[in-house]
Amino acid sequence: MDYSQFLMMPQELGLLLVFLLVFLFDTFLPKKAQSSLSIFTCVVFALFTIANVFMAGNGTSFSGMYEQTSATYAMKLILNAGMLIVLIQATKWANSEFVAVRRGEFYELLLATLLGMYIMISARHFLLFVIGLETASLPLAALVAFDKKHYESHEAAAKYMFTAVFSSAIFMLGLSFVYALAGSLYFNDIAVNIMGGQSALLIVALVFVISGVGFKLSLVPFHLWTADVYQGAPTAVTSYLSVISKGAAAFAFLVILAQVFGSAYSAAWEWMLYAVIVLTITVGNLFAIRQRDLKRFLAFSSISQAGYIMLGVIAGSEVGLASLMFYVLVYVFSNLAAFGVIAAIENKTGKVNMDDYNGLFKTNPWLAFSMMLAMFSLAGIPPFAGFFSKFFIFVGACHTGSVAIYVLVLIALINTIISLYYYLLVVKAMFIKQDECVIPTFKVACSEKVALIITTLGIILIGLASCIYTYLAEAASNSSAMFMFIH
Amino acid sequence: MIWSNILIYFVIVPLLVLGGLAFSKSMKAIRTVVVTGATALMVLAAYLVIEFLQIRAAGVTDEMVLTGSWVWYAPFNIHLALGVDGISVVMIVLSAFIVFAGVFASWKIDPLPKQYFLWFFLLSTGVFGFFISIDLFTMFMFYEVALIPMYLLIGVWGSGNKNYSAMKLTLMLMGGSAFLMLGLIGIYFHSSANVNELTMNIVEIAQNNAIPHSWQMWLFPAVFVGFGVLGAMFPFHTWSPDGHASAPTAVSMLHAGVLMKLGGYGCFRIAIYLMPFAAHELGWIFLILTGVSVVYGAFSACVQSDLKYINAYSSVSHCGLVLFAILMYNTTAMTGAIMQMLSHGLMTALFFALIGMIYGRTHTRDIRKMGGLMQIMPYLGVCYVIAGMASLGLPGLSGFVSEMTIFIGSFQNSDTFHRVFTIVACSSIVVTAVYILRVVGKLLYGKVQDPHHLELTDAVWHERFATIVLIAAVAAIGCFPNFFESIIKDTFTPGGIYDGILATIGQPLPWM
Repeated sequence: MDYSQFLMMPQELGLLLVFLLVFLFDTFLPKKAQSSLSIFTCVVFALFTIANVFMAGNGTSFSGMYEQTSATYAMKLILNAGMLIVLIQATKWANSEFVAVRRGEFYELLLATLLGMYIMISARHFLLFVIGLETASLPLAALVAFDKKHYESHEAAAKYMFTAVFSSAIFMLGLSFVYALAGSLYFNDIAVNIMGGQSALLIVALVFVISGVGFKLSLVPFHLWTADVYQGAPTAVTSYLSVISKGAAAFAFLVILAQVFGSAYSAAWEWMLYAVIVLTITVGNLFAIRQRDLKRFLAFSSISQAGYIMLGVIAGSEVGLASLMFYVLVYVFSNLAAFGVIAAIENKTGKVNMDDYNGLFKTNPWLAFSMMLAMFSLAGIPPFAGFFSKFFIFVGACHTGSVAIYVLVLIALINTIISLYYYLLVVKAMFIKQDECVIPTFKVACSEKVALIITTLGIILIGLASCIYTYLAEAASNSSAMFMFIH
Repeated sequence: MIWSNILIYFVIVPLLVLGGLAFSKSMKAIRTVVVTGATALMVLAAYLVIEFLQIRAAGVTDEMVLTGSWVWYAPFNIHLALGVDGISVVMIVLSAFIVFAGVFASWKIDPLPKQYFLWFFLLSTGVFGFFISIDLFTMFMFYEVALIPMYLLIGVWGSGNKNYSAMKLTLMLMGGSAFLMLGLIGIYFHSSANVNELTMNIVEIAQNNAIPHSWQMWLFPAVFVGFGVLGAMFPFHTWSPDGHASAPTAVSMLHAGVLMKLGGYGCFRIAIYLMPFAAHELGWIFLILTGVSVVYGAFSACVQSDLKYINAYSSVSHCGLVLFAILMYNTTAMTGAIMQMLSHGLMTALFFALIGMIYGRTHTRDIRKMGGLMQIMPYLGVCYVIAGMASLGLPGLSGFVSEMTIFIGSFQNSDTFHRVFTIVACSSIVVTAVYILRVVGKLLYGKVQDPHHLELTDAVWHERFATIVLIAAVAAIGCFPNFFESIIKDTFTPGGIYDGILATIGQPLPWM
């Protein structure tokens, strides 16, 4: 075996190294040094993320099972940025009374899932893809159950486990149909073999594949687990689930649909996805209006955000890919800012209800300010990053030029108004409403402060600094081979 | 270099004010910062007018002058493209005036003065940015930047049913901008016959004139309605009375004075400028709607008893007249529309400032509970009468100039449809006189309704200053209309890009 093939995967190897370092630190260092594990992980991961920026080198290895393109580098870099923020945010929680004894496991499981996501993104063979998928899903179930003392955490873990396993099963059933059609599990072979033939079996296979990944992305009608799991899981894990896990699934989804089923774009999956997007955006938004628990609220908001992300997939072009990556990046920063505020307040006071936030601006202006920026960015208000990402993803979708897609964008735009309503409810609670029992002024922990500063700066700057989108657009156009079966 | 373009400073100055506010601790520091900022904007605006007149005097006939373009998002060909013509210059001057007066009208804002001025100047950034941009993307971005601060300005500092009003206003305006965004994306993808040369620059799009007619037929309504919501076009005007009634004084001033002009300006600059074909084909539908706005707003104002509601409906009527005149598609009426924007902006700002000052003293805005204020606070009373006279079109003040121009221009369309609607819209002048005189009679004359009012005092210096600035401007337009007209009229000279739309004068309507 040619071991130099492993050099094609510098990001995976680097992450493995981080994982091992954390593991060794956790296992062999004396008890006293253990408390610095969080800082150690953050620093090592930050160095790894910075190193990622300079990694390059496209190509395939393992007889085409694994591929690195400039787009996959960019996708992994986005996930890394999000992961770094999650790690910093989680520091306070990981060192809290009940979690501290197991914080090593927390970091190791988290890093393991990220490795799985890397593999999902780069896999060009369904066997490798499924390995990545499972590596990404199963540790998450353990993480969701991390709050041992809370009954809700266990319930959430059970729900997550069942849906994860169930969706994997459906996905693999779909794969077996694909194998029956194409006689191969290599992405490229399948793409070539199914070209021209639009059999009923292909449609069925596509339905199963879309449902399988749809569970991970919590697209409607596969979203029912989302709110309960988000609410029950520890906030650090919820934020990870809502941004990194979702982002990775979206990237992988785009790769599968474009690269494997590209030739069935207009015949089959464009319309399936069309219906799913309309449902996802609308249902997510309508349910979010009534939520008072902020974690449930963000769960439904993230469902509808997934619908917007899918607009980048339905575009089926480099512009769509670039906009999708940009959207996920912005979504990572905005959602993590929101979760950062929620976590800070929850860690201090245990309150997660929207009504508890009444008058927050008077007592904790900076937290309220960060939350407001996050809400505005999620709603797509300029000059914050969310506006740019929404605009670009709509432009990316309209790039197809079909009138039906314009109608879809109109539906999405009308939904942004609904979403603006409920995002403004949070702003209203913090800035306008008054309450006797407001959350008292408190000092935010240093780690949480750092994470909030990073996310807030991201929200303000990612849109205004055009170099980030330009970088992603370049990466996308270098990987345009992905879309050769659509055009 | 971007810094050598004077236009960019209209955005930079408000941003500097935001920065300065962030570091100011005391009320005195805050006031110093905002007054400096507002004065700087006035000076810039005056300088811009001189610069613009010099350029025109030098014989430059480009549509847009002082242009500059810097690439922002290369993949979508988005530029930070700046440029002004006479209309933008006039609008910028108007905005500078209102911001200046607004600062003095909110001299004693309470609570949280710092945050109030932060949002106030963020809103101004959006307004100025919108008027100096000639790139669809940046225009839209600044447009939304100007809208969202309204939510908090009304929600936190407003009065009455403020939560409801703030949410209604924000959602309706953002709903309009949803259509607008779709329209702009549609325009972008048809901006050039060559798919590799798509552009967001409105001058280039107008010159390419490549938007297929079939696309124009739905892009035009999307954009027109999108901006029309902000221009308070019937039936999308319902945010306006509630919003204005709940907003704090200076915010009402800025909103009615400048923000609503964004709607008219947008309709004119984007919808009609870029899509002349559909503008001609579909204009009559919107003409009916705006005609209804004009009359309906005036009649509604007659039956209201809340001062702010009266003025808000009066704004619906007057802003309806702006869109109405734009849709007449001839030089005279369009010039009138721009004059009306200017005139209405100043006059309404004056009205809202006065209402705020009266409300601050009497703590009621119900005209049935007030009376005889002229003897108690003569200064404010006289100002109110002046504002009222400007509104009902007394010669010598701004209202007369603009409305006269509009109606003469409208009547130049010789077909029955346009003439009937012109006459209908003209009738609003009479109704305007009714509601203005009704308020003046009840509020200022007659006997004092509430004995407590007798102890009230007249305007203090910063209030006087704010009103004098506005009255001077209203009178200046009324007495020297030619000066303003000379700035505007270059836009419509033959050979320009408005030829497309002006060529449709006299052509029969699509269904005739």
